[in-house]
Amino acid sequence: MEKNINGSNIHVNEEGYLTDFKEWNSGIGTELAKECLIDLSPRHWEVINYIQGEFKKENPLSIRKIGKSGVVDIKEFYALFPKAPLKTASLIAGIPKPASCI
Amino acid sequence: MKQVVILGAGTAGTMMANHLNHELDHEEWRIKIIDEREEHYYQPGYLFLPFDIYEPEDIVKPIEKFIPKNVDLVLSTIDLIQPEKNQVKLLDGEIIPYDILIIATGARIAPEEVEGMKGEEWQRSVFDFYSFEGALALRNKLREWEGGKLVVHITEMPIKCPVAPLEFAFLADSYFNHKKMRDKVSITYVTPLSGAFTKPKATAALNHLMDDKHITIESDFAIAEVDNENKKIIDYGGKEIPFDLLVTVPTNKGDDLIQRSGMGDELNYVPTHKATLQSQAYANVFVLGDASNLPASKAGSVAHFEAEILTENVKRFINGQPLKEEFDGHANCFVETGNGKALLIDFNYTHEPVEGEFPFPGIGPLRLLKESRMNHMGKLAFKWIYWNMLLKGTHIPFVSAKMKEAGKHFE
Repeated sequence: MEKNINGSNIHVNEEGYLTDFKEWNSGIGTELAKECLIDLSPRHWEVINYIQGEFKKENPLSIRKIGKSGVVDIKEFYALFPKAPLKTASLIAGIPKPASCI
Repeated sequence: MKQVVILGAGTAGTMMANHLNHELDHEEWRIKIIDEREEHYYQPGYLFLPFDIYEPEDIVKPIEKFIPKNVDLVLSTIDLIQPEKNQVKLLDGEIIPYDILIIATGARIAPEEVEGMKGEEWQRSVFDFYSFEGALALRNKLREWEGGKLVVHITEMPIKCPVAPLEFAFLADSYFNHKKMRDKVSITYVTPLSGAFTKPKATAALNHLMDDKHITIESDFAIAEVDNENKKIIDYGGKEIPFDLLVTVPTNKGDDLIQRSGMGDELNYVPTHKATLQSQAYANVFVLGDASNLPASKAGSVAHFEAEILTENVKRFINGQPLKEEFDGHANCFVETGNGKALLIDFNYTHEPVEGEFPFPGIGPLRLLKESRMNHMGKLAFKWIYWNMLLKGTHIPFVSAKMKEAGKHFE
């Protein structure tokens, strides 16, 4: 489905994740974060840049992996993106939520 | 004489040895395969061993039975790969040079990655079924277990055969029903993902199975610790899940050899070109099966499809031709759902599993993404196919290396 955000039309699935990463920009990221009640700080952006980099390399992401990345520890990750940090950070970063084969 | 060296005589390496034995000129090429074990394990059988459906002898056979006579089988531990020198060093100091190297060293469980997982309760009330020893210990535990809280748990992705933990939960439901003790057992399925199913079509078609079988789901659970004393697992957000019997899939990692050789990512998987299977760092090194970092499922069927394409690419590499960018991430898996039924799924990098018929569009006889007895018969027949066709590199009729879109209901 289409969604108008920050002046542009983007395509999202039923759960609000972008279906095409190419449609993402930092303005859209900021607005998506606001919908999750998060004001993005420079620390948030460092994490978002890291997970987008891993996504582009097609590396699967997990909370444990992010904890070992050197970018952020797991405690801070939960503080930055409360409750389900990987899902929330993925949504804001414009990438799909982590998935299995079925 | 030139030499191809294959590291690992598991599913992937054995298939490759057989393919290359057929395809390479023996006047010019010698093929060597190295493994430290003497036994070949049929890993899909680990799912059935705990429930007394298979016996150990169904799933363990001597490696040498499956390696062709013209291929040198070296039973030895590999100390290091030295790609700059085009050689492999064995633990006993022997140096094995290669012109082409195929890494098929697989993946293994690493319970030590999670605090407390390999603690006092390991193989008492905390089990894995991704190793032969683990599956066998779990069988013995289940034979005498009197019931309580069964927790089936995935630590983190990627894992070998991502559907196996689900199958385990389904088969556990069946198993305790047959033992007339299902009322004494609660089954909870704990996943770091957003649900038991994450793809839209599979979720729509299959989510009812969890309710039908009275399996409770705990999603988005990122395990921090196994508390051995109080028998519970705790996640980073503070959520706690108590267990009487924890069946966990620990973190999966590539072989330590990859780390020792400085060739892997943080989980010891070798960075690999996803369509050609060539390693990203060295032109004469190829990677097959679970050892690679491909965003495909870590499954025997994937290794089987990869092996057909890699055989072609090894020949092209030898002849100085450009490699075929052909591997599409194709996987084809039977999924046991209990009570003598199973699903079949067929998918690749870009196409999620959907409903349809397989392998003949409109006919089947197998049904995709739907429970049927025929699919279950397929899964059981697969053991014979594995030992007698798959390992020997025999092409499975009507099943192509690249995924077919015909017969699938994408919309």
